[in-house]
Amino acid sequence: MIHRLVSYALAAFAGLVIVPAAAQAHPHIWVTVKSEVVYGPDGTVTGVRHAWTFDDMFSVFATQGIESKKKGEFTREELAPLAEVNVTSLKEYDFFTYAKANGKKVEFNEPLADYYLDFNPKDTVLTLYFTLPLKAPVKAKDLTLEVYDREFFVDFSFAEKDPVKLVGAPAHCKLSIGRPQEMGAALSQQLSQLGADQRDPSLTIGSEFANKIAVKCP
Amino acid sequence: MSVKIVGRRPVVHIALLVTVIAGLLFAAGLVDGAFAQAAPFGAPRSQAPAPPVGGVLGWIFAKQAEFYRQFSSLLRAAKTDGSAAWTLFGLSFLYGIFHAAGPGHGKAVISSYIVANNETWTRGVVLSFASALMQALVAVVLVGMAAAVLNATAATMGRAVNVIEIVSYLLIIVIGVRLLWVKGRAFVALLHMLHRPAAVGAAVTPRDHDHAHHGHAHHHHEHDHHHDHDHDHHHGEGHAHHHHAHDEEASAWGHAHAPEPEELAGPGGWKRGLSAVLAVGLRPCSGAILVLVFALAQGLFWAGVASTFVMGIGTAITVALIASIAVGARAWAQHFADARSGYGMLAMRGIEVGAAVVIIAFGALLLTGYMVTERMVGI
Repeated sequence: MIHRLVSYALAAFAGLVIVPAAAQAHPHIWVTVKSEVVYGPDGTVTGVRHAWTFDDMFSVFATQGIESKKKGEFTREELAPLAEVNVTSLKEYDFFTYAKANGKKVEFNEPLADYYLDFNPKDTVLTLYFTLPLKAPVKAKDLTLEVYDREFFVDFSFAEKDPVKLVGAPAHCKLSIGRPQEMGAALSQQLSQLGADQRDPSLTIGSEFANKIAVKCP
Repeated sequence: MSVKIVGRRPVVHIALLVTVIAGLLFAAGLVDGAFAQAAPFGAPRSQAPAPPVGGVLGWIFAKQAEFYRQFSSLLRAAKTDGSAAWTLFGLSFLYGIFHAAGPGHGKAVISSYIVANNETWTRGVVLSFASALMQALVAVVLVGMAAAVLNATAATMGRAVNVIEIVSYLLIIVIGVRLLWVKGRAFVALLHMLHRPAAVGAAVTPRDHDHAHHGHAHHHHEHDHHHDHDHDHHHGEGHAHHHHAHDEEASAWGHAHAPEPEELAGPGGWKRGLSAVLAVGLRPCSGAILVLVFALAQGLFWAGVASTFVMGIGTAITVALIASIAVGARAWAQHFADARSGYGMLAMRGIEVGAAVVIIAFGALLLTGYMVTERMVGI
């Protein structure tokens, strides 16, 4: 009897606290991604160059209070401190960039010092440009690159036009781009395979919405 | 009258189960707290996002993202077209309802507080609305002061939010510790009483026989508890046994005293409720801050303010709903507890202790989650 009682109470309380705790927020930042895969003269992959454009709400928020000579416009110099913090804080998140060469994970070094932020006054959006060098250049027959936030605070998606370029790649390399699945249908389908109160233990659901770049150089 | 023999075993079982509850809740807090880290790009990530988990929740998740994304274009449109403002408010309301299903709106803390304190439904709803509207107010005051008046940068606002968060988490911990102290002592007192052979009859009498039970106790102690018991009984709060146990223990255990429902309903109780509102409501919603700053930049701060409060009302409805479930679940458990035995009462005390532990756990995890990533806070 006691067991039943306590198990009821336990179930009720677990339902109360755990389910809300496991419930979710949603993206607060949207980023439109354009990327370049950079190759060295010897045909090895040396790094990735990103151009990330933020949504207007976040861009306006991020530029709030930043002094500018011309109202409503910001130069690269004026945005330099902001760019620095952005790039520095991205380290904690592995730059949201995950690469595999020939099926093996490869690591990136910190971004080169040539990063900067650009402000487009017409759309009031910020674009962050930065280059991620690979720790060691790698000759990859099969390279995959993904850009995503596994916690889904930032929603990354490829630009409609020319999202990915190969720079200096051997001529026979072929590029293919996988866009994240459309949110609604794909999400519910995938999630239906998980129990209602079950979490994805590996926290990789975000990767289902990843922007995948695959380069094959056979 | 079904009298159960008091042995060591059931006590051990209950202690074990209480530990399990506490552990489970702690784990829940851990899951929530694990995401409480600073944001990339220095966004005011004041609540913890998590990946989508379930079909319905996944849908909620998709919906709120959809609503949120429309805010900026609606705010832009509202500059020239008044009707866009109404669409904005409508979406803000829905967004609030959906968004509060996510972490960071104090549902867990408020619900645990309600369970631990045996709050009434009305008070649960009032607490929910007060804390949600306070969140909105804090966001408006923060952006109003920092951005509109001082023209502070996003980084400065981020730091302000972080200070507010620390205070909020510390307050949550203080509330939890206070509850744990009170409820823990009540639990221990009851546990000891159940161990004392003299108290066997009193402890295990089912509810139908309350009066016999009282008589028994009176006989032993010659204290006049009659007034209290009647009171409890009439109000159906199910505290008769507990109260009784308390008074009986008072001499041996000093002032092992827990606030009774009638006490909580008084002015002091509301004051305590206020502390929970303050702790939870201090933390502004990051979404609201972004909307407010954007509205300010569009020269439509008033629309952002209205939108934030409408969001707050939506949030309050969800939190109130969850708080209602908490009140109901507690009443349900209480029903079982009363119908059974003194151990049921012990289980109730155990749940209260568990709820207090949850509050502390949430506060501590949120706090440490923040502390760990402090170095990268700010924009």
